[in-house]
Amino acid sequence: MSADLLKTPLHALHVELGAKMVPFGGYDMPVQYPSGVMAEHKHTRAAAGLFDVSHMGQVLLIGAGADAALETLVPVDIVDLGVFKQRYALFTDENGGVLDDLMVCRRPDDLFVVVNAGCKVQDIAHMQAKIGSQCEVRPLHDQALLALQGPQAVIALSRLNPAVAALTFMTGGFFELDGIPTFLTRSGYTGEDGYEISVAGERAVELARKLLAQPEVKPIGLGARDSLRLEAGLCLYGHDIDTTTTPVEASLTWAIQKVRREGGARHGGYPGAAVIDQQLAEMAAKTAKKKRVGLVSSERMPVREGAKLVDEAGVELGVVTSGTLGPTVGKPVALGYLPASLSTVGTQVYAIVRDKRTPMTVASTPFTPNGYFRG
Amino acid sequence: MSTIKYTADHEWVQIEVDGTATVGITVHAQDALGDVVFVDLPEVGKSFAEKEVAGVVESVKAAADVYMPVDGEITAVNEALRDDPALANSDPLKAGWFFKVKLSKPAQLDALMDSTAYDELVKNS
Repeated sequence: MSADLLKTPLHALHVELGAKMVPFGGYDMPVQYPSGVMAEHKHTRAAAGLFDVSHMGQVLLIGAGADAALETLVPVDIVDLGVFKQRYALFTDENGGVLDDLMVCRRPDDLFVVVNAGCKVQDIAHMQAKIGSQCEVRPLHDQALLALQGPQAVIALSRLNPAVAALTFMTGGFFELDGIPTFLTRSGYTGEDGYEISVAGERAVELARKLLAQPEVKPIGLGARDSLRLEAGLCLYGHDIDTTTTPVEASLTWAIQKVRREGGARHGGYPGAAVIDQQLAEMAAKTAKKKRVGLVSSERMPVREGAKLVDEAGVELGVVTSGTLGPTVGKPVALGYLPASLSTVGTQVYAIVRDKRTPMTVASTPFTPNGYFRG
Repeated sequence: MSTIKYTADHEWVQIEVDGTATVGITVHAQDALGDVVFVDLPEVGKSFAEKEVAGVVESVKAAADVYMPVDGEITAVNEALRDDPALANSDPLKAGWFFKVKLSKPAQLDALMDSTAYDELVKNS
C-alpha cells in the first residue's frame, strides 16, 4: 500500500474481513471481499450489503441563507426542499459542464451535503469561495459514511431501531442505532431500497459490526458497487459525467425542477444557466448532438468505457462511458453518448471492441427494476 | 509424461511429448481478475508468435489479454470455456484451459519458468 493513501475508520475491519484493497479517490479501499464481485452484487440484490463509503465528502452548510446560496451553484430547487427531504443535485461550471454530482438533505439547522471522494477537496473550496460569505461551509472530516443496501436492509436496520422503517425514499432523520447516534437517509447508489448512515468515525467500526452481525448483511466492495449502480442506470462522476457534459446531455433534466427553468420563479442564477436553458429547448426538438443513453448487447462480450459507437456504415456516433456484464441482467450493459436523434429506445448501433464491432441496442434505464421504498 | 511451465503473464503451459502444449491462466491470475464472465478464444489453424495477443479474458471488473506463450499454431480451443467462462475460476488448471498449440520453436520452452520460479514471482508480486 502506498504510504500517501488515506484510510477510512473501517480500514482495519476490511483487512480483517479479507478484502482486496485498492487505491480509490485517494483512499485505500476494499474492491471486493473473498466471496467476489459477482456474489456480492447478487447478495445485495437479494438480501442486504454493507458498503463503506466514508471516502466520500460530507459537508454541512449552516445559516439561514444556505439554501438560497447553494442554489447559485446548482440548477436544483433547494429553497423549497422540506425538512428531512433529500435531493440529487449537480455543481455546474460556466459552460454548463458538471463539476460534481451531490446529494443534499435539509435538516432543521443546516443542509447535509454528500459529494464524491475524488472531487471533495475542489468542491469544498468551490463552496467556500462562492458561498462562504453567505453560510458556513463545514466539512465533516471525522464522520464515517456507511451504506446498507438491498431489499432486506430495512429488516436488518429495524432491529437496531424500528423507527427507520417509516422513512420513505429520499428522506432522512437522526436515529440512534442500538445506542449509536447517527444521521441517516433512505437512499443509495445501487437501485435498491436502503440507507446511507452518517456516524462518528470513532463509532463506525462498532456500528459496522452490529450490522454485519445481522443474518441478512454481508460486506460489499467497490467492485460490486460499480456494477450495481451501472445496472441501476446511475451516473459515475468522471466517467458518465464530467465538465465536458451538461446535465441536459447527461439525461439528468429530471434533476432540474421547473422553478429553476425558464418561466420559473427562481429561473437561472447558477453557472452555465444560459447554456442549459438553450439545451433544454434543443433536447425537446431532438437536435442535440449528444445525449446519454442506456445500451444492452445480445452478445456476451462486455463493452467497456472508451468503446466507440458507430453506425452500420462505420461512421462514429458516440462513445461508451461505462459498461460491464450486468450480473443481475446477465447481459452486457453500458451507458454512453449518442446524438439525441438516435437516443430512442430500440435504436441499433455498434460498439467497437478490439477492432471488432458488436451490436448494441438503446435501452431504457434502469436495466434492473428499482427497489426504492416510496411508502 | 507432461511438464508444466509458467509465463510472467500468469499463464500455464502443459507440454506433451508429441510437441503440443495446452495453455491456460494460473490460479493467481484468475484470483486477481475475479469472476470471469467472458473469454475470446483464437481461431483454430491460426498461427501466433510468442507474446502476441491470442485471446481475451474478462471479469466484471476488467479485461485482460491472453498472450501466446511460444510461437505456434492453434490446434484446438476450449468450447466448454466459451460457454461457461466461470470454469476459468473453478478449475483454472484443468477444465478451464484456453487453447492447444502445435509448437513451432520448442526451444522457447526453456525460457519459461518452472513451478518454483513461478511461485516465487507470485510471492513477490
